[in-house]
Amino acid sequence: MRDDGENPKVPDDNLESAGVSRRDFLKISGISVAVPLVAGPKMVMAAGEEVPVYGPGKVPLEFAINGKNYKANLEPRVTLLDALRDQFELTGAKRVCDRAECGACTVLVDNKPVYACSVLAIEAQHKPITTIESLMQGGNLHPVQQAFVENDASQCGFCTPGFVVSCKAFLDKHPHPTPEDIRRGLSGNLCRCGTYDAIRKAIAQVAQKGA
Amino acid sequence: MPDYAWPDAQHRTLIGTRVTRVDSPAKVSGQAKYTYDVHRAGMLYGKVLRCPYAHAKVVSIDTSAAEKMPGVKAVHIVQGPGSNIHWAGDDIVAVAAVDEPTAEDAIRAITVKFQQLPYLVSDAEPPKGSAQEEGPLSIDAIDDMLDNQVPANQMVSIIQRDGLIKQGSEDELKMLKADGASDAVLEAIRVATIHPEASSKPPSNYQKAAAQTVGDPDKALAEAEVVSEGLYGIPVITHCCLESHGSISEWIDQEHLFTHISTQNVSGIPGQLAEPLKIPATNIRVHQDHIGGGFGSKFSPDRWGVFTAEVSKKAGGKPVRIMLERDTELKVAGARPSAYARVKVAAKKDGTVVAWQSNSWGTGGPGGGGMPPIPYVFNIPNQRQEHTAIRNNIGPARAWRAPNHPQAAVLTMCALDDLAAKLNLDPVEFFGKNLNLTKQREHTYREELGIASELMGWKQKWHPRGEGASDGMARGVGVSFHTWGGRGHASDCDLTIHPDGSVDLKMGTQDLGTGTRTCILMVAADTLGIPMDAIQLQIGDTTYPPSGGSGGSTTIGGVSSSTRRAAVDARDALFAKVAPALNVQPDQLECVNGKVSVKGDSSRSFSWKEACSKLGAMPLTIRGKNPDRSKALDLTNSGVGGVQMAEVEVDADTGVVKVKKMVAVQDCGLVIDLKTAESQCYGALIMGISYALFEEKVMDSATGRMLNADMQFYRLAGLNDIPELVVHMMTGQGYDERGVIGLGEPPVISPGAAISNAVANAIGVRVPFLPLTPDRVLTALEQKVGA
Repeated sequence: MRDDGENPKVPDDNLESAGVSRRDFLKISGISVAVPLVAGPKMVMAAGEEVPVYGPGKVPLEFAINGKNYKANLEPRVTLLDALRDQFELTGAKRVCDRAECGACTVLVDNKPVYACSVLAIEAQHKPITTIESLMQGGNLHPVQQAFVENDASQCGFCTPGFVVSCKAFLDKHPHPTPEDIRRGLSGNLCRCGTYDAIRKAIAQVAQKGA
Repeated sequence: MPDYAWPDAQHRTLIGTRVTRVDSPAKVSGQAKYTYDVHRAGMLYGKVLRCPYAHAKVVSIDTSAAEKMPGVKAVHIVQGPGSNIHWAGDDIVAVAAVDEPTAEDAIRAITVKFQQLPYLVSDAEPPKGSAQEEGPLSIDAIDDMLDNQVPANQMVSIIQRDGLIKQGSEDELKMLKADGASDAVLEAIRVATIHPEASSKPPSNYQKAAAQTVGDPDKALAEAEVVSEGLYGIPVITHCCLESHGSISEWIDQEHLFTHISTQNVSGIPGQLAEPLKIPATNIRVHQDHIGGGFGSKFSPDRWGVFTAEVSKKAGGKPVRIMLERDTELKVAGARPSAYARVKVAAKKDGTVVAWQSNSWGTGGPGGGGMPPIPYVFNIPNQRQEHTAIRNNIGPARAWRAPNHPQAAVLTMCALDDLAAKLNLDPVEFFGKNLNLTKQREHTYREELGIASELMGWKQKWHPRGEGASDGMARGVGVSFHTWGGRGHASDCDLTIHPDGSVDLKMGTQDLGTGTRTCILMVAADTLGIPMDAIQLQIGDTTYPPSGGSGGSTTIGGVSSSTRRAAVDARDALFAKVAPALNVQPDQLECVNGKVSVKGDSSRSFSWKEACSKLGAMPLTIRGKNPDRSKALDLTNSGVGGVQMAEVEVDADTGVVKVKKMVAVQDCGLVIDLKTAESQCYGALIMGISYALFEEKVMDSATGRMLNADMQFYRLAGLNDIPELVVHMMTGQGYDERGVIGLGEPPVISPGAAISNAVANAIGVRVPFLPLTPDRVLTALEQKVGA
């Protein structure tokens, strides 16, 4: 097993010399060793204050997702997206770029849209998290979802859940958007099949109806 | 003889109307399950160590530390010591572990030593005299063709034409077979002419294709009144499927594999996995509900599909998931070949085009790649084409939506547009004058050109080149033409009517997001006379009748034809059972809105459910096929035409190009679902804006790696980049009776050329290469000033 703390330099011929991965960047340096134990935080003094330090290894985490309580033992380096998808089988949010570039993993944390691939699960604890799975109520599509269906705003559909969540958050904040608001406000999500025109129409339809 | 023909407009209830996509609710609610979403009990997570070098030999691999790590369940060497690696990002070692972090740690614990070898990642114009004539092939060259998915019949003819440097050994033949060589290819290698004298010659990166000549281009160019010369090009771009390539594989027992795979080719996967896994294809089950994009890059299980199954076997058969990381997806899982050309094209003063000459080059990675079909659409009477394929280390090419056509459109339509400018002709007038060169499509193009001009407001917007500037912003318009085949592929389905009235339809096809599910249901419901939601459709599994891969716009023709035949036969078989109870002949019955009744006397009728009860105890299953000569006529057809126009605004100070409006006018024979057909066109225009303005696989000559293997610097168009889009489908008389023709490819062909032409119209000078980035626009403007 390798320890980054003792052996920070990797041999030239190792693949990892190509660059620092996002995960390396996200995790606190020097504690990459996976210890298969579940442990609570250790308190240490930092800048004159006692702060909790989690890991290495798995730590017990608790989440409030779609109004329900979820628990899992996860390493601190696990992202919110991977926790949702791999631990809780909430697979509506998609893993596409995995570095905050495409928006396919958009969920709401504290009612604000975030890229779940770039939030650590441990940081999202105890904050209300809303995923695409909760937008349907009693078997009825949310107005944004209904407008997506009517305007044929999904083709392969892989970007769609992220887009729907972004659109909902956008319309909650801007109930009467101008076309320019729509163009700017939804530029954080990418689609490959080319559904933007239909998405624009869907949003305009909801904005008009909802007004 | 039952009447399989498509019903005419008066007798259709659903076909040709606008029907909402049936799987939209699942997609908008996050319930649609993609391969990446599949979570099997006890699933392990796989990761892959990849070669960081563009060309290297594997010297040694030490996996001992990784194997000892807790939680690591399998370590599998994919390409061992001695292997030659031809591109950065190629697979070396795969691991499977209890979770992803552990798998990542295991990868970091593996040490691989590489010996770096010389490489080429550029596709710049071949240096003079560097190109080798096509000559005898090496076994490596044949293996490269397999990597590049060169069709078997093409490989056979190349081997027959060029011969081999030396006889292939049995071991080499076995290796080729494992890499997917067909028996015909292996046989061609066995009997090939051997040219031992060629072996001493080091293989060049530049391979010259035989020149092609039609008519007398030299004479025609010499005598022509106006000759236009230019340089044009379109770079390598990637597929960038949002759902990356990959699979989840598990062994049911020692001999049976179950795999969930992200694929455009469900029915074709077992046949490709059987040989490398050494089990019969019948022992392999493939399942896929939804796919997050393919665009031509997902027909094969790929090497990673094979080793995912092998890793699973090493892990005791447990499910193993290996989905490519985003950077790998962009580096190795699909690229469209580049194409560049120096073109000379000539016309009479009145605008009649008389001659074409092109010297083109481009790369499809290690296999080189072929020449796009130039001149495109316009069959110029005198022409000569010379092409040099560049074989380099950028990674393999794959079919990208309308393979070779977007390149051909850019090289041809931009050259012709420059010729029109030199003639001082409005391009619409100029292209219109030469439409006779499009042969059998002339009438379609002429009709479409008129409609497109109206929808764009061409007459008001066009101006002679470079006269569109005001306040530092230059506006311009451009036009392009395209064509495609799109005949339906082989496709089988089983349609079952149960005695309780329920109906199911099973087909081993897939829905890429094109609306395949919706269209199958529309055809079945229209034919049977029952609502779409009364039919349960099951696709995406190898336990259903086989249906072709979804590529080349072949799906809609295939699935609609086999569904139509199955539904006509099933309906008629049901009528035969019902007719005696109504005291009529079966052909006097019809079914409309779920009611089976005597034609002209709706009082004598049964509900669908009552009618089906006459089947007795057993359900009725009918196999529908395409093609099916025994059930005439052919319900699908080939050959479409499309015209597109673009309007742009160029900021002369910053070089930023904004597309202001695009118009697509497209025919595709009989349209099944107008709504999803239009969506294909909207999507294609958007994808076209994306590759015209932003997309390029940028290779770094200093490291041999892709510089922009992420979604920040490999830029896709966003919502903010999309202007007003107008789509017009050609339907009705002259189109509907041609039968069903595919639509996935054609509308994505023209945007690059139309946008480039619009920019040239706006700023008065050609920006030679796509994407039309600010730096390229500013460089072109500087050269114009300097000229």
